[in-house]
Amino acid sequence: MNATAVKTGTEGKVWGGGDEQPLKASYGKLMMWFFILSDALTFSGFLAAYGFSRFKYLNIWPIADEVFTHFPFLHGVDAPMYYVALMTFILIFSSVTMVLAVDAGHQMKKNKVIWYMFFTILGGVIFVGSQAWEWANFISGEYGAVETKGGKIIQFVNQEGEQVTLESFAVELPRERTRLTKNEALWYVSESSLPDYDLAEVVEGFKANPDLLVRTQLLNEDGRKVILSREESLAKLENDGVQVVQGANLVHNEYGPPLFADFFFFITGFHGFHVFSGVIINIIIFINVILGTYERRGSYEMVEKVGLYWHFVDLVWVFVFTFFYLV
Amino acid sequence: MAHDSAHHGSATKRIWTVFGILSIVTIVEVALGIIRPVFLIETHFLRMHLLNWIFIVLTLYKAYLITWAFMHMEHETKGLRRSVVWTGIFLVCYLIFILLTEGDYIFDVYKEGYVAWDF
Repeated sequence: MNATAVKTGTEGKVWGGGDEQPLKASYGKLMMWFFILSDALTFSGFLAAYGFSRFKYLNIWPIADEVFTHFPFLHGVDAPMYYVALMTFILIFSSVTMVLAVDAGHQMKKNKVIWYMFFTILGGVIFVGSQAWEWANFISGEYGAVETKGGKIIQFVNQEGEQVTLESFAVELPRERTRLTKNEALWYVSESSLPDYDLAEVVEGFKANPDLLVRTQLLNEDGRKVILSREESLAKLENDGVQVVQGANLVHNEYGPPLFADFFFFITGFHGFHVFSGVIINIIIFINVILGTYERRGSYEMVEKVGLYWHFVDLVWVFVFTFFYLV
Repeated sequence: MAHDSAHHGSATKRIWTVFGILSIVTIVEVALGIIRPVFLIETHFLRMHLLNWIFIVLTLYKAYLITWAFMHMEHETKGLRRSVVWTGIFLVCYLIFILLTEGDYIFDVYKEGYVAWDF
């Protein structure tokens, strides 16, 4: 092809892809695709590492249905996964409004693009908020547990095998331990908060309630956690218990291995960060659409490019949802 | 790009169809996740129970729909499609293979070894 003879209007315009476009896509779009590919590999690395740890602790991994059981305004109701499913819907729907915005952009319908992008941003904001709520529940915990010398978690159940809270049976004893603050030992050593109960209070409460049993992390053949007999439970708690754990952070986790919490924070956090940055980028493009930048440019390709990023965020969530909550 | 201008109505229709399929698949996944049918958990295939395989296959199907319909991969050239999709799939499969094999090996070490971990 002789580029000097045929004028296409894109000569010298590198951002438009120049004269030769073997992949029939502009430079910007192509680079967005390769950014997405590399970002997908980053997420794959995280999820594969999660899989690695899960295979490593295959017989003691927490059951997701028991961990994520909250639903807003329904306190004390056991609602496994409903909220995450709702979040998934919100994100998929915001993906739909995004692709509708892209489609309206192809037809140069400015007002439609504005409205669809508005709903996309709204969906993204609701999703990030939901994730924050999910984190808050996970961090504050629900039942509480005791950590053993080996770093394993033991939880407490009643005769029916239902988990009970520490609050419901721990007794009130005089406390020896107080919270360590910076002015008491070394100036850089302090702790954020102590659990509501001491180990001694839990042990005494456990002894006083003959109905209570200890549930270990171990999964049996049916995929349920092994529950010890009353004698074994007492022995386990008294001989092995080290400290009370409530909720989860990067070091202790009442639901099971700390790695579960670490990966939860890391993967959903990294994804949440992507949603957050996606919302910001969407807002920037949204303002540009309102200002008429793309109307004057004669092309809404920028909307298409942020759309690609937004769909990618949705795509990642589909995998996170499966591997964290379902499998 | 120019290829979309020819069929406006059908593009919107396709979007809503895909949304419908994605919703149904998600509902099925959640329902299976809550019910956990016994025969799907008891049946094993390639060292994982059938329910997990169903989840994984449905997830890949959703990923395919999002990429092809929402991200317009179906309208891109073969070269672009292959350079993005095949590269990703190849590297991810490789990564999963080595990490899961290693994780499984460490599980055996913990289980078969003479060191006590649960104390």
